[in-house]
Amino acid sequence: MSTTARALALHEEVRPARREWTLLLRRLGRRRTAVFGAIVVAVVVITAVGAPWVSPFDPLEQSIGERLKVPGWRDHAGHVHPLGTDHLGRDILARIIYGARPALLVGFAAVMISGLLGMITGLLAGYFGGRVDDVLMRLADIQLAFPFILLAIAVIGVLGPSLTTIICVIGVSSWVVYARIVRGAALSLREREFVQAAQALGGGDGRILVRHILPNVFTPWLVVATLDMARVIVIESALSFLGLGVQPPAATWGGMLADGRVYISTAWWLATFPGLAILVTVLGINLFGDGLRDTLDPRLKI
Amino acid sequence: MKTFLTRRLLQSLVVLLGVSFVVFFILFLTGDPALVLLPPEASAEDIRQFRERMGFNDPFIVQYGRFLGGALRGNFGDSIRHGEPAFQLVVERMPATFQLAGAALVIALCLAIPAGILSAIRRNSVLDYVSTVVALLGQSMPTFWLGIMLILLFSVQLQWLPSSGRGDLRNLVLPAITLGLFTTARITRLTRSGMLEVLGQDYIRTARAKGVSDSPVVWKHALKNAAIPIVTIVGIELGTLLGGSVITETIFAWPGVGRLSVQAIYNRDYPVVQAAVFLLATTFVLVNVVVDILYTYLDPRIRLR
Repeated sequence: MSTTARALALHEEVRPARREWTLLLRRLGRRRTAVFGAIVVAVVVITAVGAPWVSPFDPLEQSIGERLKVPGWRDHAGHVHPLGTDHLGRDILARIIYGARPALLVGFAAVMISGLLGMITGLLAGYFGGRVDDVLMRLADIQLAFPFILLAIAVIGVLGPSLTTIICVIGVSSWVVYARIVRGAALSLREREFVQAAQALGGGDGRILVRHILPNVFTPWLVVATLDMARVIVIESALSFLGLGVQPPAATWGGMLADGRVYISTAWWLATFPGLAILVTVLGINLFGDGLRDTLDPRLKI
Repeated sequence: MKTFLTRRLLQSLVVLLGVSFVVFFILFLTGDPALVLLPPEASAEDIRQFRERMGFNDPFIVQYGRFLGGALRGNFGDSIRHGEPAFQLVVERMPATFQLAGAALVIALCLAIPAGILSAIRRNSVLDYVSTVVALLGQSMPTFWLGIMLILLFSVQLQWLPSSGRGDLRNLVLPAITLGLFTTARITRLTRSGMLEVLGQDYIRTARAKGVSDSPVVWKHALKNAAIPIVTIVGIELGTLLGGSVITETIFAWPGVGRLSVQAIYNRDYPVVQAAVFLLATTFVLVNVVVDILYTYLDPRIRLR
């Protein structure tokens, strides 16, 4: 155990300390599109959390006499329905506000599951290499061979649609992109002096992985997680659109679109606004994620 | 080259074996395939007989062996709803899906590569700005919403194009645009960043310094090197297109594998679902082998690895 090895282990640690995180945040704050994305996401999150207070109407309250009313229509009580009502007389704005809940919940939970799975497999594959790497990367190829939506709906069709099923199915089948990025980073970190120094000092594999490698693969992982959340939200709405998401009468953006599709020739607003809600949310996340990538790791290719 | 090819083909075989296992396993997710395959009103006696007949009482590995043997001969059992062999039902609908995915890919490549190149060489111009914004929107827009909006505009309002079915070219326009937009956006962004990276390299500066004029620099020197990541992404995007066909075909009532499998899932017609998932995954794997072979021509270094 030489002193040089220890000195290297101390110095070469490239993990950003707290000061560096504030610096990164400041650099991120200078990117106008990223800030715009962050604001959009924040607004969507606040709306989803505070739905009962923000929403002007009950999203489930039907009123057959008030069905398919145009945006801006004023009901008998004098309340304005800014985005109109749907085929059961429910307020569309209220349903969009409540629909943000399953979208964000599924997005966040599924990303956490797949991110964790991908982090573990990527670390193991990159750090140990050899046969472990071969097996895990073949598993990744198998996963990627499936048309994602088709596999997801087949599994949900068997298990029956529910919030938990959707989260698990998306979470378990989306780990590959994390695994690839983490593996790549771990592969190169393995050869760095501070990791070799830690090995020379007699550090166990588990300790090296957690203390030395993990903190250094965190930033690319975070970028992937942010951008993947956008993809997951689109998938959640696609599943709801096909009737395999969170079940009615609960409001989902995809479910609203499916309803609206039926009335496309008579009531354009039914399908238009929920789609815009998805577009704006996903755009916000993408803008923020792009900014995060350019700030943290401009060479990252995803 | 020969070892590269052998290894690549062996890898694909392993992947396909894994695919077959997952497809087989779908029926066992709830623990009892008989309950998945039979209608809910089936009696206990029906279920018992069905189990006996289908061999669900055999050991798991024996059942998988039987499934794999059947799959290799193109036998996934008969469709519960149509009574015909599931494999045949899926194969009959493959051409429609390939036509749609192919058209979407052609649209994507024809739009994305020129747009990506132009925005890279005229960086920060109006054109670059517009193509970046359009690509960003395209990447954030859910396919099914775009499809519905296109129907609203071109079929309902303007009545220029049909909104459903498969027939002549006019039927193909809206579904192909819908399916291709996301891929167009991805390839545009990738081409732009790839070209920007290559244009900053020393050999481009050398070419310019020795007096090669602008357009040969772009087309001969830069594009050839920027093409490598584009070819890779085309292979991967094919997966996106085949998967996306599930949604697009449903919206436009396009008679392909995607729509067939969504209907099969609604009808709990699992032999058809299994055949469809297996065949689409196999297509994806085979296309990617071809892409990898193409790749070795673009970048001979890969053969040596």
